[in-house]
Amino acid sequence: MALFKLTINNRAYSADVEGDTPLLWVLRDNLGLVGTKYGCGIAQCGACTVHLDGKAVRSCVLPVSAVGKAKVTTIEGLSEKGDHPVQKAWDEVDVAQCGYCQAGQIMTAAAFLKEKPKPTEEEIVGAMSGNLCRCGTYHRIREAVKVAASKTN
Amino acid sequence: MKLAAAAGGGLFLGFNWSDTTAAPVVVDANQIAAGSVKFNSYLSIGSDNSITIISPNPEIGQGIKTAFPMVIAEELDADWKLVKTVQGHLDNAAFERQVTGGSGAVPHSWERLRKAGATARYLLVNAAAAKWGVPASEITTADSRLVHKASGKSASYGEFAEAAGKLTAPTDIKLKDEKTFKLIGQSVRNVDNKNIATGKPLFGLDFYREGMLFAIIQRPKAFGFKLKAVDSAAAKAMPGIVDVVTFENSVAVVGKSTWQCKKAREALKIEYEKAADLESSEDHNRIFSNLMDNGEATVRRKNGDVEAAFKSAAKVIKAEYQCPFLPHSPLEPMNFFAHVREDGVELVGPTQTPDRAREAAAKITGFPTEKISVEITRQGGGFGRRLSADFAIEAVHVSKLVKAPVKVIWTREDDMTGGTYRPAVRYRFEAALDKNGEMIGYKLRGVGINSGNPTREDNFPSGSVDNLLIDSVEHKSAITTGPWRAPITNFLAYAEQSFIDEVAEAAGKDPVQFRLALLEKAKKSPAGDVKYDVDRMIAVIKLAAEKSNWGKKKGVHQGFSVYFSHRSYVAQVGEVVIEKGKPALKNIIAAVDCGIVINKSGSLQQVRGGVVDGVGHAMFGNMTFKAGTPDQSNFNGFRLIRMNEIPEVDVHFVDNGISPTGLGEPALPPAGGAVANAFYKATKQRLRNQPFINEEAFKGIS
Repeated sequence: MALFKLTINNRAYSADVEGDTPLLWVLRDNLGLVGTKYGCGIAQCGACTVHLDGKAVRSCVLPVSAVGKAKVTTIEGLSEKGDHPVQKAWDEVDVAQCGYCQAGQIMTAAAFLKEKPKPTEEEIVGAMSGNLCRCGTYHRIREAVKVAASKTN
Repeated sequence: MKLAAAAGGGLFLGFNWSDTTAAPVVVDANQIAAGSVKFNSYLSIGSDNSITIISPNPEIGQGIKTAFPMVIAEELDADWKLVKTVQGHLDNAAFERQVTGGSGAVPHSWERLRKAGATARYLLVNAAAAKWGVPASEITTADSRLVHKASGKSASYGEFAEAAGKLTAPTDIKLKDEKTFKLIGQSVRNVDNKNIATGKPLFGLDFYREGMLFAIIQRPKAFGFKLKAVDSAAAKAMPGIVDVVTFENSVAVVGKSTWQCKKAREALKIEYEKAADLESSEDHNRIFSNLMDNGEATVRRKNGDVEAAFKSAAKVIKAEYQCPFLPHSPLEPMNFFAHVREDGVELVGPTQTPDRAREAAAKITGFPTEKISVEITRQGGGFGRRLSADFAIEAVHVSKLVKAPVKVIWTREDDMTGGTYRPAVRYRFEAALDKNGEMIGYKLRGVGINSGNPTREDNFPSGSVDNLLIDSVEHKSAITTGPWRAPITNFLAYAEQSFIDEVAEAAGKDPVQFRLALLEKAKKSPAGDVKYDVDRMIAVIKLAAEKSNWGKKKGVHQGFSVYFSHRSYVAQVGEVVIEKGKPALKNIIAAVDCGIVINKSGSLQQVRGGVVDGVGHAMFGNMTFKAGTPDQSNFNGFRLIRMNEIPEVDVHFVDNGISPTGLGEPALPPAGGAVANAFYKATKQRLRNQPFINEEAFKGIS
């Protein structure tokens, strides 16, 4: 066990865990940040997507020891009031069925739109195809990314 | 839920729930605002004009937590903006059928929910009438307000909640004329959208409790194994591990975090012994062939004289179709919380059948059911997997053994290799045509592995063919199976609708006209009982043909499919085009008759999602075995459909005013047939096995 100091959602946290513990499980089991979901544990589904210095990463395969000084953003910290353009678009388009994958979808979309604020449909599909939605809400995810892009400067 | 407010406790460092951003938001159904008047099991109205509606059925993504309250709010004339929805806990005294399965919640509860809303409205109106001294019949209601136009008096529901609560509810209540619905039929957003988009703790896996331990369980690695011996010394010595306990054929590693338990499980040394045949997929193919020809079949339906019809036939068409086992793969893996205390049991988690979990807990612990509470969390998909109580049973066993609150967590690998699969089935269809191309005989034999009856003997085309025989043979296996979204029909519909296409072609008839002619025959001179509504089926066929411009699109290869399941009717047209010499699935046009559509937005997505599910699993879903062990254990080996692989899905609802007949499943069954038949039009190659991707016809395509 070792003490890891983490900056998550602009706040300081510390966790006493083994260094190989994936960030996902530190967030969930140790820090109470359960918005980041476990789906596969092998970076295949994207449910665990968080931002590391603004870039989308799969927290289920990121050992906590590799986080270092990087700033972590989780779904809880994407916006203070839940009003990030992507979050608002998800509500407007009424994307969610079960909702389990959507935090990961939103984090992937938010990082993507930061890089590419005016994407083509093809680019959206390319960016979002790494995230699984078992309910099949893909049409609406695609639409919501478009809506968010149209409302972001 | 109470849980989220207190967790971690002494176990974790640097963790304080009180100032974390993960604040609990799930409202406990028992904590409805003080000052609220409870009108019935579902509905409370507060003096502050707030309305709380309890949705008792498990929410797995079918939208029940939004749709149920909409029905009550409609009859109540409530202002939807003031309505708060909460998930009900298991309460047999207050609710009936707290189950999510069979697309049955709305059909079951439609009248009950309407009456709940209408009764409360009636009481509010009568309370106002008494106070104002005016006839109740002169009071109108809208947007949670009571209005008496003649006197100019008006009030909010909240102002009369207390007085209305003291009146006696009428036994017979008049419901609205469906044509006057204002909320039902609108697009209402999922009530949990905000909580979902901000990562609030809603799901079973998000449930944490002070002092709670985690458990990861090693189950037998092959179907057919049983536990012989366990050496847990190394696992017990690993950091964070509290105990290793054994029950039935399972070994549970119990500790202070998920990751520590997962790592310690790898250090277990377990010996198994053979308790049943360790089957491989090759064995299954051999079993199918053998039982198809030599099995002792159970007759499911028989009309006329099939043998005579086939003897006199001008043409006989015969084909076999096969589907593999499938895991359900809900994105939230199985998990459950149990606390077996000295005075009772607390259960919390994602289950489609909370009552089943409670009954099982009662058996294991000896407590009467009234000492066992069940809280239902939101569920990250179900697809039938959470109809079983196995994961809840495990949590009860482990909590009882370690005498602590425990959450059992399945890894994805556990979830995929842990059984309760969609059964593997092979079908043989035979059709006899007379010289005019009329289908005079029809035979179907289904051979299934732990499938129960793999046919739906009374579904179309039964009733439309004079001489018909449907039978089945079952092989019992150690590989466990269970209901998978649209049980049996999730595969049978595709096989049957593809075969009907083959027969129509052999008869030289258009696939749509061929189906319509059969249905007309079922109407005019039915062969035996007809247990589906012929007119509703004809209507969706015609609507899908019209909306898809059937047979008139140039360069587009269309395939037709129609199916009746779970009381509803869905027809679909698949559209394939050739791009760069290869067939590509572009569109599915769906015509749906589920009766009155409650939530337009939710229903539209339910159909789209059902089509995506149906197409995805038909294309890619495959689970195979070697010596009882699944070959696929995660999403790297088991392929789920992704955004870049979906067709556009165009949805049209039939507006017929019939009471709702269910929508969680019916859009799925026809999808595979629509795809296979369109693919055939484009390539002249039949897809007779799932997954399509492994068919010879698909080699080199994607």
